[in-house]
Amino acid sequence: MIRFEGVTKEYADGTTAVGGLSLNAPTGAITVLVGPSGCGKTTSLRMVNRMIEPTAGRITIDGEDTATMDPARLRRGIGYVIQHAGLFPHRTVVDNVATVPRLLGWDRRKARDRSMELLERVGLPAELARRYPHQLSGGQQQRVGVARALAADPPVMLMDEPFSAVDPVVREQLQDEFLRLQAELGKTILFVTHDIDEAVKLGDQVAVLRVGGRLAQLDAPGRLLADPADDFVAEFVGRDRGYRGLAFRPAPPLEPREEPTVPLGAAPEEVRRVTADWVLVVDAGRPVGWVEPRAIDAPVTTDRLHRGGTVARLDGSLRAILDAALSSPSGRGVLVDDDGLLLGTVTASAVVAALDGVPRTDPVEPPEPVER
Amino acid sequence: MTRDVLDWLLDGAHWQGGEGIPLRVWQHVAYSLIAVGIAAVLAVPAGLWVGHTGRGRFLAVNLVGILRAVPSLGLLFASLMILGPKIPGELGVHVPVQVVLVVLAMPPVLAGAYAGVEAVDPAARDAARGMGMQGRDVLLRVELPCALPLVFSGLRSAVLQVVATATLAATVGLGGLGRYLIDGLAVRDYAQMAGGAVLVAALALLLDLLAATLQRLVVSPGLTGKTGRRTAAGETAASSDPRDVGVLTEGSTR
Repeated sequence: MIRFEGVTKEYADGTTAVGGLSLNAPTGAITVLVGPSGCGKTTSLRMVNRMIEPTAGRITIDGEDTATMDPARLRRGIGYVIQHAGLFPHRTVVDNVATVPRLLGWDRRKARDRSMELLERVGLPAELARRYPHQLSGGQQQRVGVARALAADPPVMLMDEPFSAVDPVVREQLQDEFLRLQAELGKTILFVTHDIDEAVKLGDQVAVLRVGGRLAQLDAPGRLLADPADDFVAEFVGRDRGYRGLAFRPAPPLEPREEPTVPLGAAPEEVRRVTADWVLVVDAGRPVGWVEPRAIDAPVTTDRLHRGGTVARLDGSLRAILDAALSSPSGRGVLVDDDGLLLGTVTASAVVAALDGVPRTDPVEPPEPVER
Repeated sequence: MTRDVLDWLLDGAHWQGGEGIPLRVWQHVAYSLIAVGIAAVLAVPAGLWVGHTGRGRFLAVNLVGILRAVPSLGLLFASLMILGPKIPGELGVHVPVQVVLVVLAMPPVLAGAYAGVEAVDPAARDAARGMGMQGRDVLLRVELPCALPLVFSGLRSAVLQVVATATLAATVGLGGLGRYLIDGLAVRDYAQMAGGAVLVAALALLLDLLAATLQRLVVSPGLTGKTGRRTAAGETAASSDPRDVGVLTEGSTR
């Protein structure tokens, strides 16, 4: 656990970057620091590995006061990921990843083997290992940055806006893989972002900071959206928070309706036999898309399918299920099981009707109490 | 005229003996490399230190400007008058010449070194410190290797200037390719003068070529961009999500 106890950073000119911050980042969980620019979130993060020294207060990691530790030794035990990856341009990918193991005195071979293992872990093909950073895309560089931070298997990770310099599509992909990786590794992570959507997506708990480094609210993301502590937090979490909050509410018991389907490759007559404005096409039990019977004049191929709809798992979040219904051209949202096999469909009105029966507060246990 | 110069250069007699072209070239190379060597030993560490710490930058920038403005011939006679009498024998002439050449070589070498370190990606420097490198590691393992292209360009620029200016050695009675210019002028042998100038230029180009070769061997291919463009192959490979179902994609579940 990373513990901030009344941590303050004041600069010589009298500005307070962080004012009396107290919070706990629990072991094995992602704690996100989020806030507008100038709220001291990056300063707070950098005080953990003593890239910046606090002027008052104390930061402990698993009970040990960081101020008493040698800064270089402290940092070698903490994974550090930054916005533009900060890869060493003169070293190959594999040598970049091996940086901390080499600093710790591992022999070359062991460090290399470990690097190759990590590249695979973060989803990079082995042939990229011998390349140089300038030959990689922004998303690939960021993956290498994550692999490098994980190389010596540190229990604690500090991540400073690691995904904000890549385009939105790659960002989402990196976020999803980051969550998958964290589910496997269970690191204690302090994560800084200015993006509230990223914060609620990634955080087990989210700390909203206001300018001057003061904690405005520390809560699970669902609670943050459902119950902002004050006007500042409400404004910061922004519009659509009711809809976005659905992502943190489990689906109510829904009865999927049976949906008539045709297989991929079905003839036009077969499609028209189904009396509906839109017909769902399946392939080996998996939904692949919708077709309009009157627009079909040849056997159904994938390029004739409507591509608008999303699918949701029956046990997924309310947001995913409602989105499936709203995005479907037929108005019927496609539900699947964990293996992606079709279970049936549900309409938006059925989802909304079911919503009324679900409690509005977050069922997740609130994070540990915090001294403020 | 061109014909005369060619005749002079190709005359076998000029390539032999105690005052032949090979000896003059050798002397010229020696004057030049000693000067650039001394300048490198002084200015590269100083420049790295300035770039690494950010301290003394104002001084370094102004020193570079001032040294560049010093007229070489004037400095040669000044240092000959001041240092010459204090140093016995032939060294009394050699040292003032070296002083001039070192002063000439310092500005580009110093500027290359501090600019090289300053140009290192701040994110790479921050990452190096954040991963637990000490100041010396950051300088030697990250900043210096990344600064090498600019360090080399400073050194190469110094070599070119020093080779051209080392002709001044002849004006105070020393050897080198400058002899052909001075001696040719004295007897109005323009072919000899032009031949000497051609040799100076050729030597400068040759040394620059050697330096370029050394640079290729020493500087990481990651910095020169000669390793081919990036491809998106890995990116697309990594994006293939097994949960993608046909053209329908699973909505965000969180």
